[in-house]
Amino acid sequence: MADRVFEPGVTAGRLDPAAYEAHFSDLHPPLDKHEAVVAADRCYFCHDAPCITACPTDIDIPLFIRQIATGTPDAAAKTILSQNIMGGMCARVCPTEQLCEEACVREMAEGKPVLIGQLQRYATDHLQVQGVHPFVRAEPTGKRVAVVGAGPAGLSAAHRLAMLGHDVVVYDAKPKAGGLNEYGIATYKTPDGFAQGEVDWLLKIGGITVETGRALGADLSLEGLRAKFDAVFLGMGLGGVNALGVEGADKDGVLDAVDFIAELRQASDVASVPVGRDVVVIGGGMTAIDAAVQSKLLGALNVTLVYRRGRDAMNASVFEQDLAASKGVRIVTHATPKAVHGNGSVREIEFDYVGDDMMPTGQTLRLAADQVFKAIGQTLEGDALPDLEGRKIAVDTNGRTSVKGVWAGGDCASGGDDLTVTAVAEGRDAAMDIHADLSGSV
Amino acid sequence: MADLTTDFLGIKSPNPFWLASAPPTDKEYNVRRAFEAGWGGVVWKTLGMEGPPVVNVNGPRYGVIHGADRRVLGLNNIELITDRDLQTNLDEITRVKRDWPDRAMIVSIMVPCEEQAWKDILPKVEATGADGIELNFGCPHGMSERGMGAAVGQVPEYIEMVTRWCKQYYSKPVIVKLTPNITDIRKPAEAARRGGADAVSLINTINSIVSVDLDTMSPHPSIDGKGTHGGYCGPAVKPIALSMVSEIARAPATAGMPISGIGGVTTWRDAAEYITMGCGNVQVCTAAMTYGFKIVQEMISGLSEWMDEKGHTSIDDFMGAAVPNTTDWQYLNLNYIAKAQINQEDCISCGRCYAACEDTSHQAIAMSEDRTFTVIEEECVACNLCVEVCPVENCITMVEMDAGTVDPRTGKVVEDTYANWTTHPNNPSATAAE
Repeated sequence: MADRVFEPGVTAGRLDPAAYEAHFSDLHPPLDKHEAVVAADRCYFCHDAPCITACPTDIDIPLFIRQIATGTPDAAAKTILSQNIMGGMCARVCPTEQLCEEACVREMAEGKPVLIGQLQRYATDHLQVQGVHPFVRAEPTGKRVAVVGAGPAGLSAAHRLAMLGHDVVVYDAKPKAGGLNEYGIATYKTPDGFAQGEVDWLLKIGGITVETGRALGADLSLEGLRAKFDAVFLGMGLGGVNALGVEGADKDGVLDAVDFIAELRQASDVASVPVGRDVVVIGGGMTAIDAAVQSKLLGALNVTLVYRRGRDAMNASVFEQDLAASKGVRIVTHATPKAVHGNGSVREIEFDYVGDDMMPTGQTLRLAADQVFKAIGQTLEGDALPDLEGRKIAVDTNGRTSVKGVWAGGDCASGGDDLTVTAVAEGRDAAMDIHADLSGSV
Repeated sequence: MADLTTDFLGIKSPNPFWLASAPPTDKEYNVRRAFEAGWGGVVWKTLGMEGPPVVNVNGPRYGVIHGADRRVLGLNNIELITDRDLQTNLDEITRVKRDWPDRAMIVSIMVPCEEQAWKDILPKVEATGADGIELNFGCPHGMSERGMGAAVGQVPEYIEMVTRWCKQYYSKPVIVKLTPNITDIRKPAEAARRGGADAVSLINTINSIVSVDLDTMSPHPSIDGKGTHGGYCGPAVKPIALSMVSEIARAPATAGMPISGIGGVTTWRDAAEYITMGCGNVQVCTAAMTYGFKIVQEMISGLSEWMDEKGHTSIDDFMGAAVPNTTDWQYLNLNYIAKAQINQEDCISCGRCYAACEDTSHQAIAMSEDRTFTVIEEECVACNLCVEVCPVENCITMVEMDAGTVDPRTGKVVEDTYANWTTHPNNPSATAAE
């Protein structure tokens, strides 16, 4: 153990250099060919398979698995990608244990589902490492579509629109395309630049121009886009972060988990990212888990994830919770922040233990904290947007907003879980509806 | 523990598991290891006539049909008989038999269809002290092109002739190994019996090409870009072999003739099945070539365990027990009516029964919105396809309908009488057009 593990405060380089590489390498190493064939053979090729129903993008899972089993992984990849152009990323980040693999009849039969996620990765990687893009564009339609946000929803929509012959311009506020795939997912889930590689591969369809550093509300307006394009798709995600709203929340060291995750993803060397000796993460979703686990992997001595309800209410899957626990993250439930203590910088954070009604029980908890990462939800930013439903843009089942010629999908739009795979499905489906609209068939 | 000792043609062995004449029994080193592992006997790899031995190919000899996880389901080979000098083999056989007197030692022989050739080799084999001989009338590749192996086994007259020579020039038991590459296995078996054979063994391997290399367009195994048919064996051939064994066990002309069962014996259960079909012992090759000699330990323990469970104290207790229940189609009871029944507690909702029945059978399974699968008795003919494609053993079963109840499919009362093809009132083609 390196000496710096016990060093108080926020500092980089807590671990031996070799530890970083081990900690941030692939969470699930890829299956090799034989492993893939053996895993594929477990698929029963169910009739009207429950796994397909469970997949937000309706990938024909039994078919692609049979294609792997019979030695045609590229055909399998086409089956996947024709439904979900980000099948490679989804294979890495989907909570499969709550989706396809939960529905797998093998899960019911023996508690061991077919490794659908890993098989999907095997197939998509097999095709993508060859640099092959299996789709071609239709004849140009002369129509132009603006897409706001180069995340999963926006890129999915852009790809489908481009494939159908439309010209697409994708705008993104960040310096790189990819959205949460690039900035918002734990490093060990997509190592080796996979997210950018996937974007580059996706753009090979042609007909898509990506303009980064351009945000709605800055130099772009929805009105301006409507005037300039035949249709607009909004897929900018949730750019804001909910505030903690307690005394001392403005102290140094109280940070947004999404920024910490993005910093790690963008760091050329993860060892250069500083982390506290004592870290507290507030929240119960994937972002909270990603921040907590990665704090631990960076060498934080004590990492506590604090959630206001019970573990069964967490948005993070059981697999993610178990992963955090296995990395040494302590999970505290039924506690809400009461106050942040410290002299300029956070030193401690105090929680109320709460009942199921969220009312304080009178019992409190104080945790030492050099850093507090907030992961209590993100919010839609911007004004002059279409009508909202709750705190998101209201859309119908085709992704149409209240404004004619404007569609929306992904985390910024109402309906569906805030998952990469859901965003891909919504972008794809909105694109099909835009196409129908532009083709005059609606 | 049950007594596994077998007495086959007076040849005793501590268990019914013999290694078939094949690569595993080609030389002293292997056979000693086999006996050390516990095999009850061996049939030594086929000897040819004196003189320069045959020359084998120097490329791949085997091809395989793989199941999941590269499990060997079927093995194809193009190897010839022993390519070692006759005297070397004879010396080794003599030594091994001397050191392992309690194990069966059978010598497989294949020489040209000339009396002199047999007259020459038989005394030499007799001198080894081996317990008997097996006539290789079965190998379908290579040697058959030289008028031996399957080329003899496909002509009953030759079988009878050669068998007679062997009985004339050799004093111990003569087993005739049959080729399955014919239309009616009873004919060569009858010929063997007419020639005086003490037993038949079957099956030898089946003509086969396991695969074609889609890049080189050569059958596999490929020798310098060309392939040829080989002999197929392993688990895949067991059903074919078991049926052929049953034909010989049932036919009046061959009934009661001792049989050594060969073909895909992989576990104790396979062996037990062959014995119930009238075999006095079994011969094994592919299982040993896949897993090594140690597998005989599972075969011994498994058979013994099962026999204890069933109260069988010796092999003879259940030998041939399934033969009376093996009959012609025309004698099956058409008044026996069953229906599929799905145990909902065991069902994992995969829907394979539904897909199979709906697409390829009788549309007799209903699927609900919530993926509950139920049998439509009005349509079910009890074909058993759902049972066989269901991944959960015993989740779907065929349940016999009681006499007196009405079969919802036909609307007729289930009779408690036996009625077969020739007597059933509903069968318009009860008499064959001959």
